[in-house]
This record gives sequence, structure tokens and C-alpha cells, in this order.
Amino acid sequence: MSTNTVVSPGVTVKQKTKKDHTLLKSVLFLLPAWILLLIFFVGPILLTFYFAFTNLSLTGTQAKSVEFIGFQNFLTMFQDPNFRISVVKTMVFLLLSAVIGQQVLGFILAVLMKEKNKTFRRIIGIIVLAGWVTPEIVVAFCWVAFLSDNGTLNMILQQIGLKPVTWMYTFPMVSVVIANIWHGTAFSMLVFQAALDDVPKSVEEAAVIDGANRFQVLFRIVLPMVKGSIVTNMILVTLQTLGVFTLIFAMTGGGPGTSTQTLPIFMYNQAFVNYQLGYGTAISLILLVIGIGASLIYMRSMKVEI
Amino acid sequence: MNRYKTEKVVPYVILTILGIMFILPLLWVLFASFDPNAQQALKMPSSFTFENFTSIFADPANIRSFGIGLFISVGQAVLVVLVAIMAAYPLSRYALKFKKPFMYTILFMTALPITAVMVPVYQLFIYLNMQDSLIGTILFLTASGLPYAIWMMKNFMDSVPLELEESAWIDGASVWAGLRRVVAPLMIPGICTVAIFTFSGSWGNFFVPYILIQTPDKFPASVTIFQFFGSFGMIEYGKLAAFSMVYTMPSVILYIFSQKFMSTGFSLGGASKG
Repeated sequence: MSTNTVVSPGVTVKQKTKKDHTLLKSVLFLLPAWILLLIFFVGPILLTFYFAFTNLSLTGTQAKSVEFIGFQNFLTMFQDPNFRISVVKTMVFLLLSAVIGQQVLGFILAVLMKEKNKTFRRIIGIIVLAGWVTPEIVVAFCWVAFLSDNGTLNMILQQIGLKPVTWMYTFPMVSVVIANIWHGTAFSMLVFQAALDDVPKSVEEAAVIDGANRFQVLFRIVLPMVKGSIVTNMILVTLQTLGVFTLIFAMTGGGPGTSTQTLPIFMYNQAFVNYQLGYGTAISLILLVIGIGASLIYMRSMKVEI
Repeated sequence: MNRYKTEKVVPYVILTILGIMFILPLLWVLFASFDPNAQQALKMPSSFTFENFTSIFADPANIRSFGIGLFISVGQAVLVVLVAIMAAYPLSRYALKFKKPFMYTILFMTALPITAVMVPVYQLFIYLNMQDSLIGTILFLTASGLPYAIWMMKNFMDSVPLELEESAWIDGASVWAGLRRVVAPLMIPGICTVAIFTFSGSWGNFFVPYILIQTPDKFPASVTIFQFFGSFGMIEYGKLAAFSMVYTMPSVILYIFSQKFMSTGFSLGGASKG
């Protein structure tokens, strides 16, 4: 009797120390990642929430003594016509280049490439992927040259008897949108190719036997089956496009005037050109909140088991 | 019969047109880089020269910027792989209470655009007295690459069977030795995938070093090529194209290389595999 009562607590003690060991080991293994993430990832996010409510500046007295100014930055922001322009420009850029451009073009490419000649499929795939692998800054150079007054596009236009267009001045937003579509489409294409490969052939065949034509099969059968991939891809592409800075900065610098001034460019100009770090951070906070919202939707859409 | 034929041909025609539209802007870089008098418009070089490339390499400042770019990207890739493997181990092997919330936080972080935090990061670097520091830049880039890397590593590690490790423990190996000698070697494809993605990401990154580094002597290739574009881009097209070609090559080569490890195909950056 008495031995029993001694043994069972002994076992639990032993189990407990083993558990503690596991926990200690886990913490040690995770520590470097935690420290780095805390300082350089969580830190800046918290600082965004703090600085957005200060008058922090790169120069002058405000650079030394940071003051808490409440919602002043946001009041300035909502009265700033430049901010409103930037929000509209960002939405146009997102809608045209990410939601419509990359997604639709990526989907068309994936559908058309399905069950085509293998070599042909490969060549087209490599060409589209080349735009994706190319670093953003080189993408900008390629398109500045392509769309310039004496560039390739105008040369082609002149050869078929059309007048040349000053693309970067007359249609700056269209120019950056096309460049971003060119750079990003491969991602959507790869996602949709993987999704389409998962649609069982038997389902499509059954629909065809029942008398459905190509478009009916595509819109009524295939599209609903890859709906999940479309939603996830849409959020990921939106998040990627929301953060696009380099491409626009190198191509137009946000101009001419404010015609391509998206939120990241506006944020950069306020913080590092006008030296208003506090105001710049308030703009980043808007970007961050949109990003956090989209990321949360992304997580919900993934439905992962951990 | 005829209708069947057009239905077969139309996709090829559309794809060919799209292919041509996609390749035209790239062909310019290729042709202009070998052309002694390159212009803005695409044209076959009348004569063929390597002079654009030799003049890019003749400038020690350019060589240095490639060296610095390599230092930042390799440094970041090595750190990310090491820290992510260590973090992935307990997440893959032990039942931890905080595993679920932590993994969800990691997944959340993979989607956040870092552009949004660059202004406060700049301020943080001033506080930490790390502005203009290459090491500081590497550490920040490492942290920004970690969420994705931890997520991938954990999934790769889940597929390494526990039995192999257990037999190593019976032979007297410690947990650390088991990870190093048994688990890590079996994860080489996964490690290479993460390393290549990390490297390419920072090699092509212009915004982060542009904000965090101020001394021109410390600029990596991505910033130097932008400056070159700013001062000579509108005159010396051949050299700009050659510079772009050299700068793009590592990304292209590594991408081709990474395809070897990704035979299973592409499904939303591995995240959807859960």
C-alpha cells in the first residue's frame, strides 16, 4: 500500500522534469528566432503605432525632442489633398495591376497552356517566368526603355503607321500598371496551373458528355472548383502589390506630378524627402492596417491545420 | 471538323502573341548589352561587342557593390537557414502549448508587406546606432525572411521520420547532434529551397538598403545600379543593359537551380500544404 503512494508521485515528478526539459530545450532552440523577430519585426510594428502619434522629424528641434501630438498627423492627413490622391492612385494600381491584370492574365495563361504541346508550354512558361525572376529595378529599366519616346513600342507603332505616344507622360499609371503585370503574372500563373492540375479530368469529361461546351465547362465546373485558390491568390497578390515601391520609384518617381504617387511613394516622400518622419509613419500605419486586415483574411482563407 | 481545328489553333495563336509581348522588353536588355551603339529601341546589334561588360567590370566601385550585395544576401541566407532550422525543430518534434498561436503568428507575418514598416525601421536603426551598418541591414533582412523560412522548414522537417533520429539517440547522440547529423542532411532540398528564395529576395531588394545604408561605398549592387541609371541611364544604354544582365544573372541561375528541388510543384509558396 505505502509503496504505491510513494511510487505514483515519483512518476509524476519524473514526467514533470522531462516535460520541463522539453520546454527548456524548445525555448533554447526558438530563442534566436524570437529575439530577431522581436527586435526587427514586432518592434517596428509597435513603433509604427507609437510614432504615428508624434511629431518626429529628421531635422530641427523635433528630431531631438519627440512630442506626443495625438491625432494631429491623421487630421493633417485627412485634410491633405495629396493623401486622398495617393489613396485613389493606390486603389487604381491595386485593382488594375493585381486584382484584374495579374489574376486574369495568369488564369488565361494557365487555362490555355493546359494540355498543350509540351515544348510549346515550356517555352511560354519560361518567357513569363523570366519577367518574374528579373529583379524589380531591372524590370523598371526594361519598361522605361520599352515605353520611352524612341523606344521599342513607339518604333513598332510607327512601322504599322501609327503616331508615337509619350507613354510615360501621357499614360504614366498605365505604364507602371503594365510593368507590374509583366513582373507579377507568373506567380498567379503558377498558382492557377497547380490548381487546375488538381481538377479531376473525369469531372470535365462528364460535363462534356452531358453536352456542355468549352466555356460552360470552364465557368460552371472548373472555376467553382478552383475558387479557393483564386481567393488566396487574390489576397497574396494584393498584399504584394500594396508594398510595391521600387518599380514605381525607378520608373516615374511617383510623377509626373502626383499621377503615380501610391501610398508607399507618398510615405517615402513625406518621411525622407520632407523629413516628416512622424507624418510618414502615420501614412505607414494606414498601409500597415490595410496589410494586417488582408493578412488576417489570408489566414482565414488558408484553413490550415497546425 | 473545321470548327474543331480552329478551337485547337486559337489557344496557340493567343499564347504566341502573349509570349511575344512578354519577351519584347527583355530582348532589349539582351541585345543592347552586346551592342556598341545601343539605343532605346530594340534592334539587332550591327556588330557584337563585350565592351559594355568589360567597362562595367573595369570600375572597382561596381565590383565592390557586387561583393557587398553578395555579403548581404549570403549572410542573410545563412542566418535565416540556421535560425529557422533551430526554431523549426521543437515546433516539429514536441507538443508545445504555444505552438498553435506561434505558427499562426508566423503565417500572419509571412503576408505583411515590409514596405509599411520601413519608416519606423529607419528610426529604430538610429536608436540602436546601426544606421549605415551592413550587419544591421543583414539582421533586419534576416528577421523579415524568418517567418516564411520557419513555416517552410517546419513543414519540411515534419516529413523527416522520427525513427531515424531515435536510433541516433540510442547510439548516444544528443538532440543537437541528431538535428545536425540526421535531420539536417535529410532536409537538404528544403534547406536549399529556403536559402535560394532568401538569397534571391534580398539580392533583388532595393528599398531596404536604399533606406538603411547612406554611404555610397557601402551600397549593394541593387542601389549602385539605380544610381548608374540616374546618372548615365539615359545616355549609355549599352552599359546599363550590361550592368542589368550581370545583376540579373544570379537570380536567374539560382531560380533554375531551385527547380531541381521543387519537383513536387508549386502550391502557394508551400504554405497551403499546412
